[in-house]
Amino acid sequence: MADEAGRNLRSLTLHVPEPKFRPGDAVSFDDMVFPEAGSVARPSVDADPATMRDLPFTLIRVLDKDGKAVGPWNPRLPVERVKRILRGMMLTRAYDDRMFRAQRQGKTSFYMKCTGEEAVAIGAVEALHRDDMCFPSYRQQGLLIGRDWPLVDMMCQVYSNAGDRLKGRQLPIMYSAKEAGFFSISGNLATQYPQAVGWAMASAAKGDTRIAVSWVGEGSTAEGDFHAACTFASVYRAPVILNVVNNQWAISSFAGFAGGESTTFAARGLGYGIAALRIDGNDPLAVFAATEWAAERARTNAGPTLIEHFTYRVEAHSTSDDPSAYRSAEEAKNFPLGDPIERLKQHLIGLGEWDEASHDALQAELTDMVRDAGREAEKLGVLSGTGFVHSFETMFEDVFAEMPAHIKEQSEQMAEERRAAGV
Amino acid sequence: MTTMNMIQAINSAMDVAMERDSGVMVMGEDVGYFGGVFRATAGLQKKYGKTRVFDAPINECGIIGVAVGMAAYGLRPVPEIQFADYIYPGMDQLISEAARLRYRSAGEFTCPITVRSPFGGGIFGGQTHSQSPEGIFTHVAGLKTVIPSNPYDAKGLLIAAIEDPDPVIFFEPKRIYNGPFDGHYDRPVQPWSKHASSEVPEGHYTVPLGKAAVVREGEAVTILSYGTMVHVALGVVAENGIDAEVIDLRTLLPLDIETIAASVEKTGRCVIVHEATRTSGFGAELSAQVQERCFHVLEAPIERVTGWDTPYPHSLEWAYFPGPVRLGEALKRVMKD
Repeated sequence: MADEAGRNLRSLTLHVPEPKFRPGDAVSFDDMVFPEAGSVARPSVDADPATMRDLPFTLIRVLDKDGKAVGPWNPRLPVERVKRILRGMMLTRAYDDRMFRAQRQGKTSFYMKCTGEEAVAIGAVEALHRDDMCFPSYRQQGLLIGRDWPLVDMMCQVYSNAGDRLKGRQLPIMYSAKEAGFFSISGNLATQYPQAVGWAMASAAKGDTRIAVSWVGEGSTAEGDFHAACTFASVYRAPVILNVVNNQWAISSFAGFAGGESTTFAARGLGYGIAALRIDGNDPLAVFAATEWAAERARTNAGPTLIEHFTYRVEAHSTSDDPSAYRSAEEAKNFPLGDPIERLKQHLIGLGEWDEASHDALQAELTDMVRDAGREAEKLGVLSGTGFVHSFETMFEDVFAEMPAHIKEQSEQMAEERRAAGV
Repeated sequence: MTTMNMIQAINSAMDVAMERDSGVMVMGEDVGYFGGVFRATAGLQKKYGKTRVFDAPINECGIIGVAVGMAAYGLRPVPEIQFADYIYPGMDQLISEAARLRYRSAGEFTCPITVRSPFGGGIFGGQTHSQSPEGIFTHVAGLKTVIPSNPYDAKGLLIAAIEDPDPVIFFEPKRIYNGPFDGHYDRPVQPWSKHASSEVPEGHYTVPLGKAAVVREGEAVTILSYGTMVHVALGVVAENGIDAEVIDLRTLLPLDIETIAASVEKTGRCVIVHEATRTSGFGAELSAQVQERCFHVLEAPIERVTGWDTPYPHSLEWAYFPGPVRLGEALKRVMKD
């Protein structure tokens, strides 16, 4: 076709990604082909990234289809630690279920579940030291649970109640727990990524031994912060683990809108010269093994690691979202990597260390534990009606270390106006 | 005429603009197939296709930067930033690029983009879903800033913004998407269908940028407001039987200072209401301009009723929100002598 200048050139076309399935579609993931568990080699932790450029394009898996732990990435954990991981994942799910219901009952404004992604946080935190610093996104509540942080404390934050250490200031689930090595969660996306690198650089500059770990969703890898983090991590060989949780969906946008049609998210590391692993995110032992490898690498000054956790967001983005409007309900059922809790349960049963009865008993114990914690937290109030649980003066605190005169004046003005109006 | 809420009116504005001009296109996070998290772009992709309405990666710098490039090509992009609180990564593209392109190229390149974004609080959204950053944008030379307060204006202003030859920041008060809000959070929400301004023409019309609306005439005091706060002001005035003149700015920049000054000349008193934080907020600019033009008639100091100078809190939202109690007290002070 002739263009305006009379040249015989083809018209350009704009490519706009489109997911394979929409609501009502029958779903088949037959085109997702994964390597067998145990088939991917495990480089030494100090290997040059240039020697492992294949790892971002495969999938590290430990649990095979029968639940057996196989291959060089098998962390060979003592059975008690495997049970601890199972328990952490089950507790996370039980916690999510209760807090989701609490939101639906009008006890708080908002909630986010991590259903199907429990291994991502629990598997990782088990492989880290207790004092390694975590910079999570909003879907790694499992980090707190895995570090045995009190459920009541978490619930109080979700309820913005009198026991909320954040004084009701933050949206539910935007926890902060310095003692648990858990950085204050931001509602802005990927901002924690360069911060984690900075923390790690500080630790290295001071000759400390602690490393930093961050998590971001695959959708948020599009943000500039992600790329800033990778650049600094690479330049300064920061002792940091950068996790990308590829759960396939960023609200209604499938991974293709973050570049997932063209390459893997782990491959983002290649351009920065960062060691990069792509792992089965629904395999808790693979998550443990990859994290352990990356942590050891960081601890030995061998540099940062980017880990893509291939998983699936089983539930809605948040309580404000309805995924039936944009994706097929069959996806979650047919996702080929299964459910992390079910897979680890089968693994333990295969070892002869677990059975249906012990699983049911643990489930009942955890459900009761969450219920009891919920009752305890609710004694300190829930977010309903006005939300006026905290005194008005607290609203003006912590803007600065020392309250400047203009804020003090505003605090006094508020009190005066309410007195004058008789409210 | 048909009855529309704010979302439907905004949707209709984009529909009408896209129908008339094939260069108008819409992009942003979740705006395509899903139709936006607030449903403002629902149905547009189906009607106009994926090359004119599409989802964007989660990168606000990219969304705005790409819009600038598309505008340089000759299109009229209408990018959506999902929440105003997320606009900051796009600031360099807005402030250093979009706002200055016409000036630095002496008109060779222009930037007719309209950045839509829900803003403001009142929905228990916490500090990352509640902010009112309009004052940051009015401080930038080269950006127009528009904030509608009802469905009729929202549609007419948005079409005018899209057709405007320069970049426009179009902030949509999300609290009033589905109904006007008088600040009484403990009362049932009224739907737009009971409000006269929900009568909206289906076709093309514009509400000119830079023209304020006197939404209530009065003699005793002038109240300057925009967005959600227009309804709070009207509610307080009605409840307390105050003969106030309530002005809805509609466009913050360029500002309709003539309408404002004429009103203050008449009333001699002025209260400014906005949800944004107080220090260096748009109320400071309004106060300065009113003082410059109307000093000789002012019978009391100008009052500002604003959000406090703190981040937007979650649970204490209704203590932060400049509602009827605070506006009522400010009116008493301004009118006491």
